Amino acid sequence: MTQNDAIPAARRVALAREPGRPGVSGAVQTLFTDFFEQRGDRLCADDPAVLAGVGLFHGRPVTVLGTRKGADLEENLACHFGMPTPEGYRKALRAMEQAEKFGRPLLTFVDTPGAYPGLEAEARGQGAAIAACLARMSTLSVPLIAVIMGEGGSGGALALAMGNRVLMAENAVYSVLSPEGFASILWKDSSRAGEACGLMKLTAADLLELQVIDRVLPEPDGGAHTDPAAFWRTVDAALREELRRAEKLADPARHRQRRFRAMGNGWLCAGKETI
Amino acid sequence: MNDWFAARRQRMLRLKVRREGERPFAPRLSASEPVFEQCPRCHAAVTRTQWDKNRMVCPECGFHRPVGAYRRLSMVLDEGTFQELDPDLTGTDPLNFPGYGEKLAGLRRRTGLREAAVTARGRIGGMPVIAAVLDSRFMMGSMGVAVGEKIARAAEAAEKARMPLVIFCASGGARMQEGILSLMQMGKTAAAVTRFREKGGLYIAYLTHPTTGGVTASFAMLGDITLAEPEALIGFAGPRVIEQTIGQTLPEGFQRAEYLQEHGFVDAVVPRAEMRNTLAKLLRLHQKGGVRRDAE
Ligand SMILES: [Zn+2]
Repeated sequence: MTQNDAIPAARRVALAREPGRPGVSGAVQTLFTDFFEQRGDRLCADDPAVLAGVGLFHGRPVTVLGTRKGADLEENLACHFGMPTPEGYRKALRAMEQAEKFGRPLLTFVDTPGAYPGLEAEARGQGAAIAACLARMSTLSVPLIAVIMGEGGSGGALALAMGNRVLMAENAVYSVLSPEGFASILWKDSSRAGEACGLMKLTAADLLELQVIDRVLPEPDGGAHTDPAAFWRTVDAALREELRRAEKLADPARHRQRRFRAMGNGWLCAGKETI
Repeated sequence: MNDWFAARRQRMLRLKVRREGERPFAPRLSASEPVFEQCPRCHAAVTRTQWDKNRMVCPECGFHRPVGAYRRLSMVLDEGTFQELDPDLTGTDPLNFPGYGEKLAGLRRRTGLREAAVTARGRIGGMPVIAAVLDSRFMMGSMGVAVGEKIARAAEAAEKARMPLVIFCASGGARMQEGILSLMQMGKTAAAVTRFREKGGLYIAYLTHPTTGGVTASFAMLGDITLAEPEALIGFAGPRVIEQTIGQTLPEGFQRAEYLQEHGFVDAVVPRAEMRNTLAKLLRLHQKGGVRRDAE
């Protein structure tokens, strides 16, 4: 792990985007038994970019939710390379409702460049769909553990990541926008993405320091894709421990509200606190 | 005694509005005729007094010019009821982002604002309300830590005082210079307005031009009632990003207030001239909408 500490942010962005990187599909195969996938938003469509279902985690039923990029080109295209549409977020909302109803902890696995920016996606309320997920996650009475696996891009990632605990793979990145988008907004030049990576504080170590995440999941040298089995063992052990701890929370919803209520408050000036 | 306070409050607000007027949005017609300001859309020459009287709406074509936060509040709140909340609350520079500190300082000097959001307690048509306004002149109304905190505190103040909450949204989205912490404000604000609503509070979201990005995908789209100003651009992704993604130009009127109403995301498109009356009517219809007594 010590030699991994020196990896520059831009290299981590590349590792986070590595095609063979473990994601929610791998989680379903390795961490859960008796998995049943739930499809569709019950309004009009099924978006494969979001995977939802129920499975057993060490014998205990949990709701599993994640964003999926797809394993081959055909799947990549169907999943918009991991960018969910409003239908995907509404499927996620359905999974959240059922986690609540059946008292199942919710485990989410995030790997998305962001929500899909398309014409139909806007027409069907991409913003409203994400907002609905955030609102619902803030009130769930069951524990919610989120894992940022690869790319945690913008509101499209946060829409599945308002956890009581937020874990992050060592080479994953989590940011307000992709480095390319960031450079293009601030400097009108997306080719300066490399420079943006250095400024944005998007690595797991940065986010741990900013208290946006709670725990870093170490990866094998060379990245999680070089030895997925080893990486899944790390994820499994961490999730077991985190879940055990989260289940002791008296009021998981209030805990989550307080966790996000405090975000960035260390950088406020003047004005007295009201909470 | 009360009158004295009311008059003082009104004077304060008028001063703040006047300060906003120092830097007009549209270029003056010529240096020798500073009384006219061209309409940015139809280019009609409209006197400043006319702009003022007409709530910054063009008398010729109906174009709704952006309105500063204090001016908006002066249009909406009953005279003498404006009381600013957390006027001194600001953010800092969490990422030590090059040039950000200077940019904030410059904007504070030029706009008289401390941050992109102003929150206040006041009355509309005699009914008490907590109001928040985002101001697009301040870093495009983008949401950083301070804006997120002000919105969350406004929701908490509304809950505590059992008052309805009205938020006038106008935002380019997240504050890029504050990085991931600005993204986290989506979670903070969404949770805060949701908590308020779950306790029975009435939250009216009033979407003005432009409402995009992280603000759209959090508190802007969580209102019990959602109103929008005519032709306001409202969306998650910006039009340019969408055009790049789909490789074609977008249809006329796409992501405008009327389009959102058509697609089921807005209750009513309300011209600025009817804004105050519409809000007063909604507050009257929800007289008991302060936070349920049983929800404590
Ligand atoms: Zn005009």
